Amino acid sequence: MDESRPIFLQIAEQIENDIIDGTVAEDAAIPSTNELAAFHRINPATALKGVNRLVEQGVVAKRRGVGMFVVPGARERLVARRRAEFAADYLRPLIVEAAKLGIGVDELAGMLREERILS
Amino acid sequence: MTSIVASTRGLTKRYGAFTAIDGIDFDLEEGRIYGLLGRNGAGKTTVMQLLTGQIFPDGGTLEVFGRPPAEHADVLRRLCFIAESQRYPEDFTPAHVFAAAPWFFERWDAAFAERLVADFRLPVKRRIKKLSRGQLSAVGVIVGLASRAPLTFFDEPYLGLDAVARHLFYDRLLEDYAEHPRTILLSTHLIDEVANLLEHVILIDQGRILLDRDAEDVRGSATSVAGPRAVVERFVAERPVIGRDDIGGLASVTVDGRLDRDERIRAAELGLELAPVSLQQLIIHLTGAETAGTPEKEVAA
Repeated sequence: MDESRPIFLQIAEQIENDIIDGTVAEDAAIPSTNELAAFHRINPATALKGVNRLVEQGVVAKRRGVGMFVVPGARERLVARRRAEFAADYLRPLIVEAAKLGIGVDELAGMLREERILS
Repeated sequence: MTSIVASTRGLTKRYGAFTAIDGIDFDLEEGRIYGLLGRNGAGKTTVMQLLTGQIFPDGGTLEVFGRPPAEHADVLRRLCFIAESQRYPEDFTPAHVFAAAPWFFERWDAAFAERLVADFRLPVKRRIKKLSRGQLSAVGVIVGLASRAPLTFFDEPYLGLDAVARHLFYDRLLEDYAEHPRTILLSTHLIDEVANLLEHVILIDQGRILLDRDAEDVRGSATSVAGPRAVVERFVAERPVIGRDDIGGLASVTVDGRLDRDERIRAAELGLELAPVSLQQLIIHLTGAETAGTPEKEVAA
């Protein structure tokens, strides 16, 4: 766990990541609050707060007596939101660092293309 | 609406001219894990002794399960206090301690205690005075967990426990707390180790409360900003500064409050390094400033 940010946000993000990359399919159950707490060694109330955040956002929903399940269509909505945040979260820091090193936009674009070919 | 299991208002305890607890107010809510944090001599043990009715306050009010705890058997029956250096009768073995436990704790789970004995590899037939420091701590931890008291106090419970045994304690505590929610007040020096287990943090220093907040609000609530001194000073100018280090022309300043995304980007553009401040570092900043290097003796330990 990253010390700088609230753990419940990190729990929510990890579950989102599992949904986005397909580790947890739509309509499948996510781990219970107690499982999350035991696995990450965190307070169960914190784990619950993370899960509740996903409930508020309509990503997961409770099925009484069975647990929390991924809502159909959740993956698509998560991807759309992450795309909207991509520029601020990833591009901006990249451009700032590149500018510091004197790497211009064209050179940066070239590097991105290289990188893609390499990987 | 959660209910309050313990509450203090203006609670004060003096030892002669020394004020150990200086008019503190706080509430403990049902079913939460609290961290009672602070330096040696801050008053942590005194607070626990007051809450468990072992000593009497000199001022203010104190209610535990709705009544003053001292000499109220119905209150005391619902408490479990694991002291830092728990004393046992001469010639007692851990087996005797666990056999006697159900007399004091109505929710005592003998099977759970047995599992913990195996987990901690505790020699139950050995006399207590022959146990190592860590084994003695394990006895306390087992009593504290298996008693399942509605309000459990662990005062520095793991003196001498190695890293494996401490993590075993954290794991069993979380597992059992999940199945049998109760209120737990844990005092410790190992703040980084337990930070994620806590739901709420109460920080005391010199008998006063410095911080009484949800652990999640505290996490990331301070940031250290490092770089060329002039740039750092300009960046932090409007913010409350809680710590400062200088090396030559460089400065590292810890500021209270979260930085938003724009501020983070601006810091990066100015070439400043931002680093998160852990709960432990934050507490060092909050409690270390004036008295650094003069650890006092634990009061009435």
